[in-house]
Amino acid sequence: MSDVLLDVRSITMQFGGLKAVDSLAFQIKKGQLVGLIGPNGAGKTTAFNMLTGVYRPTSGDILFAGQSMVGLRPYQISRNGIARTFQNIRLFRELSVLQNVLIAFNQHVKSGTWSAILQTQSFLDEEAELRSKALALLKVFGLDRKADEIASSLPYGEQRKLEIIRALATKPKLILLDEPAAGMNHSETHQLMETIAQIRKDFDLTVLLIEHDMKLVMGICENIIVLDHGVKIEEGNAQHVRSSQKVIEAYLGVEESV
Amino acid sequence: MLRSLKLPFLSFLGLIAVGLVLEFGFSAFIQITALFVLVNMIMAMSLNLVNGTSGQFSLGHAGFMAIGAYVGAYLSQHWALFPEGLTALNFFVYTLLGGSLAAVFGFLVGQPSLRLKGDYLAIVTLGFGEIIRVALLNMDFLGGARGIHGIPTVPDGFGLSRFMAQYLFGSFWVILCFFFLWRLVHSNQGRGFLSVREDEIAAESMGVNTTAVKVRAFVVSAFFAGVAGVLSAYFVRYINPSSFGFLRSVDAVIMVVLGGMGSFTGSIVAAILITIMPELLRTVQQVTGVDLRMLIYALALVLVMILRPQGIFGSKELRDFWRKK
Amino acid sequence: MQDFVQHLVNGLSLGSIYALIALGYTMVYGILQMINFAHSDVYMVGAFAAYYAAKWLGIENQPGLMSLATLLVVSMVACALLGLTIERLAYRPLRKAPKLNILITAIGVSLFLQYAGQLVFGADPKVFPEVMPDITFFQWGDLSLRSSDFTVLIVALLAMVGLHFLIHHTKIGRAMRAVSQNSSVAAMLGVNPDRIVAMTFVVGSSLAGVGSVLVGMKYPKIEPLMGMMIGLKAFVAAVLGGIGSIPGAVLGGLLMGLSEEMVVAYLSSTYRDALAFGILIVILLLKPAGLLGRYQVEKV
Repeated sequence: MSDVLLDVRSITMQFGGLKAVDSLAFQIKKGQLVGLIGPNGAGKTTAFNMLTGVYRPTSGDILFAGQSMVGLRPYQISRNGIARTFQNIRLFRELSVLQNVLIAFNQHVKSGTWSAILQTQSFLDEEAELRSKALALLKVFGLDRKADEIASSLPYGEQRKLEIIRALATKPKLILLDEPAAGMNHSETHQLMETIAQIRKDFDLTVLLIEHDMKLVMGICENIIVLDHGVKIEEGNAQHVRSSQKVIEAYLGVEESV
Repeated sequence: MLRSLKLPFLSFLGLIAVGLVLEFGFSAFIQITALFVLVNMIMAMSLNLVNGTSGQFSLGHAGFMAIGAYVGAYLSQHWALFPEGLTALNFFVYTLLGGSLAAVFGFLVGQPSLRLKGDYLAIVTLGFGEIIRVALLNMDFLGGARGIHGIPTVPDGFGLSRFMAQYLFGSFWVILCFFFLWRLVHSNQGRGFLSVREDEIAAESMGVNTTAVKVRAFVVSAFFAGVAGVLSAYFVRYINPSSFGFLRSVDAVIMVVLGGMGSFTGSIVAAILITIMPELLRTVQQVTGVDLRMLIYALALVLVMILRPQGIFGSKELRDFWRKK
Repeated sequence: MQDFVQHLVNGLSLGSIYALIALGYTMVYGILQMINFAHSDVYMVGAFAAYYAAKWLGIENQPGLMSLATLLVVSMVACALLGLTIERLAYRPLRKAPKLNILITAIGVSLFLQYAGQLVFGADPKVFPEVMPDITFFQWGDLSLRSSDFTVLIVALLAMVGLHFLIHHTKIGRAMRAVSQNSSVAAMLGVNPDRIVAMTFVVGSSLAGVGSVLVGMKYPKIEPLMGMMIGLKAFVAAVLGGIGSIPGAVLGGLLMGLSEEMVVAYLSSTYRDALAFGILIVILLLKPAGLLGRYQVEKV
């Protein structure tokens, strides 16, 4: 058995005449922490959307644990074990912090409709159990004290954390984090990266991380994939990527145009 | 199991107490208004599941109501499962069947709702309601435009007056509807509904099958709207297609919006207010000579949206108000 | 054959009226992404404005071009003012509110106009004055072409040409197109969105005003609830053509009018009103963007 968890085979996403992602191919091994970087508009989020079923690739195939994910709906992909966060935070804004986590548990709930209507003992037990599990998960990030607060009332950084918790609650094998540090200051970012490294160990996870800022991922990622204009221009460890002429050009090109 | 029936049973006793007061203290006119209150409560709660909890939008709930009413009326005139003496049981069966056929249509209407959002869904459901009405107009075996007359009603007996029999029958379904929906919404299923309302894409990514959730909301909601229709047929004992026009759907929307989208107790309170309001307006109407009801409702809709978009209760329930903040 | 030509003419003139009203829906949708439910009732008010104006001016029995022009202007002005008022009082406070709230508000405004109409104008139908002499100028067997159908077609065509000019050859028109393409970019470029929205309501509503006079000519019975059915059909026409698309609204309106006329002529008139919804459901299931619409992917 190979230890490749995710095998992306030459996926392309075409919107009208524009190829947002062009023949992207890469592999992620089980337990790896991989960074997907590139300038704005390089196609990183589009790649995520294909991996999670929000978009269906125009061509190419995505194998997850040996199974093709192309054509599955996002909820099916989530149930296969891929979870994600969103670049522009998509919490269930008007629901409580606790409910946000509980919803992510839904796919593992055993009680059916009728046991809820009849309030059977097994239903009540399961609800209580879900609640304590959710609180335990919140506690990892220090959010358990805010369990009953409305999600949108949390400060920005905690909303990002809650998104990660919510993704973890689906019990994924692979978690995709879309710019988890966006909008955070330097020390918050640093702390977050450490937390990510930590949960990877604790939850036995494989992580794919989008980051706009190259320096951030250098420290923690074992493998880094660089996208520019929808095309993979480089892949390798931090040292390799840092010294790549193509990468430097891609980033410099952006800075020039700003 | 038995414990789970305690609250519903107590609430039923409470409703019986109200019924007794109505039976001995009030006129037949107030009594029939009370029966309408029961129908509207079910209607409002059922719509609240779709428009409030699930964040979809139905403007055609009168269509489901019509299906229930016609099934209930037709069956009660043509078919009996239980023999003489157990006639009352037949009415429970009719009501279940009326709700069930409405639920089937809820499934069919729920299908387009998978692709459509807000405005579009509102128009499609409105269209559904109209199509049902036009179809009923063209069905001669259901009386066409004349409708169905002389519908039997829940039998009295055991010393109960006709009003009391009807009232108990209606109350039973109100209690069933409330606790069914309440418990559904406060379970993992309910969290599914809420997640779809809040953010469909995020919900899908968390493993929620939003398609199934939306269809389920429509099916359950249509079932109870159908039940409300059956009850109305047995209370008024005369139905025709125009009893279930667009304004009937709008009535339900008004109740849900005023009560607060997502709040079931809010729906109940609003259903009571909206049903008795025409009576309160009667004196005004005698002076001005015009029906101000719809005018006031329309203004209320606009003003609520501008000034207090969460409705009277917001998404809170009655019990949240006496809990300490 | 004569029959068919007759239905074709009828269908086209009916369709051009749907198109005029559909334009109002589609323009507002293009700018605000909302269905202006009250649009059909603005149209109703336009019909009554023309009715009362004809009475007060004493031109109800003087059909002719002058009367037509006067009533068109009256109705357009009345509709434009009403549209502007609704936008200002009911919709603008909700610009950033959830879509569902805006939808509910629009339904509220629509109901308010319908019932205020019953209060002010009375619930009984009124007979619209004869605006243009209606003569049969061509008779061939069963085929009889009436001048009213052609007046409707010509006026509708003129209104659409005017709209085309406004949108493509004036500054305000360019700004409208900019906002409907991308409102945030347009705002950055210094276009005042509130002004554009107001202008859209003015233009859309006055087209409904034109429509109301034309309907009055063709079907001279007017009453406060007259807007609902025709409004829904016009809306379906807008969706059929691709909501947000101006040529789409015209195409959709014509198709809607033609298919309705043909269904009534060759199938059955009882299903006339259900037809629109049937079309709507089919189009939404098969091609939700409509015939000429752009399909938009939600940004994640």
